[in-house]
Amino acid sequence: MVSMQTAIQIQNVSFAYGAKQVLHDVCMDIPARQVTAYIGPSGCGKSTLLRCFNRINDRISGAHLTAGSIRIHDVDINRADIDLQELRRRVGMVFQKYNPFAKSIYDNVAFSLRVAGKTKRSELDDIVEDALKNAALWDEVKDRLHSSAFGLSGGQQQRLCIARAIANQPEILLMDEPCAALDPLATLKIEELISELKKQYTIIIVTHNMAQATRCSDQTAFMYLGKLVEFGPTMQIFENPKDPQTEAYVTGTFG
Amino acid sequence: MFNPETLIRKGLPKGHFKDVAARSFLGGITYLVVSIAVLLFAKIIADGAPVLFKPEAPFVDFEFLTAKNETLHVFDDAQGNRHQLPAAAYSQYVSQHEGATQFNEQTYSYSGGGIAGPIAGTALLTIGSMILALFFGVSAAIYLSEYAKQSPFIHAIRLAILNLAGIPSIVFGLFGFSVFVLAVPVITSAPSDRSLLAIPLLIGDYFLSFQGWNSSLMAGCATLACMILPVIITASEESLRAVPQGFRDASLAMGATRWQTIRKCVLPFSLPGILTSSLLAITRVAGETAPIMFTAAVAAKDDLPWQGLKNPFDLLSSQVQALPYHIYTLAARIPSSEFTQRAQYGSVFVFLLLVAFLSLGSMILRAKLRAKLKW
Repeated sequence: MVSMQTAIQIQNVSFAYGAKQVLHDVCMDIPARQVTAYIGPSGCGKSTLLRCFNRINDRISGAHLTAGSIRIHDVDINRADIDLQELRRRVGMVFQKYNPFAKSIYDNVAFSLRVAGKTKRSELDDIVEDALKNAALWDEVKDRLHSSAFGLSGGQQQRLCIARAIANQPEILLMDEPCAALDPLATLKIEELISELKKQYTIIIVTHNMAQATRCSDQTAFMYLGKLVEFGPTMQIFENPKDPQTEAYVTGTFG
Repeated sequence: MFNPETLIRKGLPKGHFKDVAARSFLGGITYLVVSIAVLLFAKIIADGAPVLFKPEAPFVDFEFLTAKNETLHVFDDAQGNRHQLPAAAYSQYVSQHEGATQFNEQTYSYSGGGIAGPIAGTALLTIGSMILALFFGVSAAIYLSEYAKQSPFIHAIRLAILNLAGIPSIVFGLFGFSVFVLAVPVITSAPSDRSLLAIPLLIGDYFLSFQGWNSSLMAGCATLACMILPVIITASEESLRAVPQGFRDASLAMGATRWQTIRKCVLPFSLPGILTSSLLAITRVAGETAPIMFTAAVAAKDDLPWQGLKNPFDLLSSQVQALPYHIYTLAARIPSSEFTQRAQYGSVFVFLLLVAFLSLGSMILRAKLRAKLKW
C-alpha cells in the first residue's frame, strides 16, 4: 500500500450554531488524492463538518468552532490571520442544489478567476476550456459558451458547477450531496467524473446514497448525532463494520 | 347500508339564500367602489381631455404642455365680442387696438397659457429626489440585508424604517422645512443673519454656516427623498433577498470577498427589481404636495426652472413650480369660475395621465424583467 499523505487533519473538533452543539469531538485524518465519503442520517453533522473545511459556515451568524482544530497541510485554518479568500481557492466546493449564476457558461467558469484578479482574455479562455474538459462538459457546451447557464440540463448545470470549482486548481474539492437533485443517469456521469478527478484532487463527498459511497469512495466515515462513529476504507465499512451502529446503518436496519 | 339515492338532493342546495345574499352584498359593495372610481375618472376625463386634446390634427394641444403659465384676461370689445386672452396676447391686443375700450374686463390668475413650469418643476423634483433616495436607500438596504447580523438592534432599525413609512407627508414637509430649509450647513463667505451657527473655515473668508438651503429645488428633493426612503429601503431589501442564497454561497466558496459577491452576484440580479419597485415610488413623489409646500414650491414663476440662471448650480437653489402644488393653487387660491376650469381640469388630467404612464411603465418593466430573470 502506498503511504498516505494527509490532506486534512481534524483534531477534536466540536462545533456549534449558537447554543446548539452539532459536532462533538470529531477526530480524523483525511488522506490526499482519495475520495472520502461521509455517510449518516440527516442532521448528523456531516454537511456541517464539510462546510468547516472552507469556513463557509462563517456566514451563518452564531456558527463557531467550540474546540479542536482543523489543519490543512499543517496550517490551522481557523487562525485569525488566515486569508479566507485564498483558503476557499484552495478548497473548492460543489453544493447540493446546482447553483450556477444567471450568467453565461463562460462567465460562470471564469468567475473565480476574475475575482482572483485574472482578467487576461487568452489566459481565461485556456483555463475555462481546461476546466470544462476536466468536468466532462466541454463537448456539450463548446458551441454555446456565451449563452445562459440556465439553458443546460440539471446534470450539465451541476457539472458546470464542478468546472467552476476546479477552474482555480484547488487542492481539495468538497461535494455536498452533489447528486441529490439529479436523475440516475446524470448521477452516473458525476460519479464517473469523481473517479477521474481524484487523480488530481482530494475529494470529500457527503452522500445519502450508500451505493454511491461504495461506488466512488476509497474511505468512508459514518457519522451519527454529531459524532464520528467509524472511519475506514470503504470496503471495510460496508462489508465488515466494527461498530454495531455502523452495521445497522449500512445494512439498512437502522431506526 | 349506503343508499346512492341520498346523493341526489331534493329542492335547492343547502344554504342557497344565504349564499345568494352574501354574494349580492359583497358584489354590490365591490361595484359601488368601482363606480366611485369610474365617476371620478369620467368627470376628470370629460372636463380635462378637451383641454389637452383637440378634434383636428395633431389632436394634442401641445401648447398647454409647453406654454408658460399666464394670467387670463377676459373682456368684451366695442362690438360686443367676448375675448379670452393670456397676458402676453392681451398686451399685444391692447397695443394693436390703441384707444379702444375694453368692457367688463376680468382677470384670472394662472388660468391662461399652459403648465410647462409645473411640469418641468415636478420632473426636476422627481428626478432629484429619486437619485437621492436610490443612493441612500439602496446603500442602507445592502447593509441591512447583506452585512448586518440579526440582532435586536437591527430589528429595531427595521421597525423604525417601517414606522417612517407611516408618517404623514405634512410632517415630512415640516421636517424638511426646519432641517433642509433652515438648518443644514452651507459653505459661504457671507453667513446670513439667521444662521444658527457660523464656523470660520480658515480658508479664505469662508464660513461653515448652519443656515439651510432656503426654499429650493435641493431642499424639496431632500425632503421628498426622506419621505420615500422607507419605501425604497423595504423594496430594495426584498429584491436583494429574492436573489438565491446559492449565488452567495457559490461566490464566497470560490474565493470572492463579501463585496465582490454583492457587486457581481447579488446586485446585478436584484437591480431590476429595485428599479421597478422604485418606479412605483416615483408616482408618490410626483404626487405629493405637502412635503414641497414649504420646501421648494412656488405658486407663480415667470421663467422655466432653467431659464435666467447665472450658473447651472443655481438651478438647485432656485424655487420651482410643481404640478400637485399648482393644482392646489388653482383649486384653493383663486376664485373659481367658468374661465378657470380649463386650467384646473387640464392640470388634473395631465397629472393623472402622467401617473398612469409611470404606473403602466413600471408594470410592463416588471413583467418583462420577471420573465427574463428566472432561477
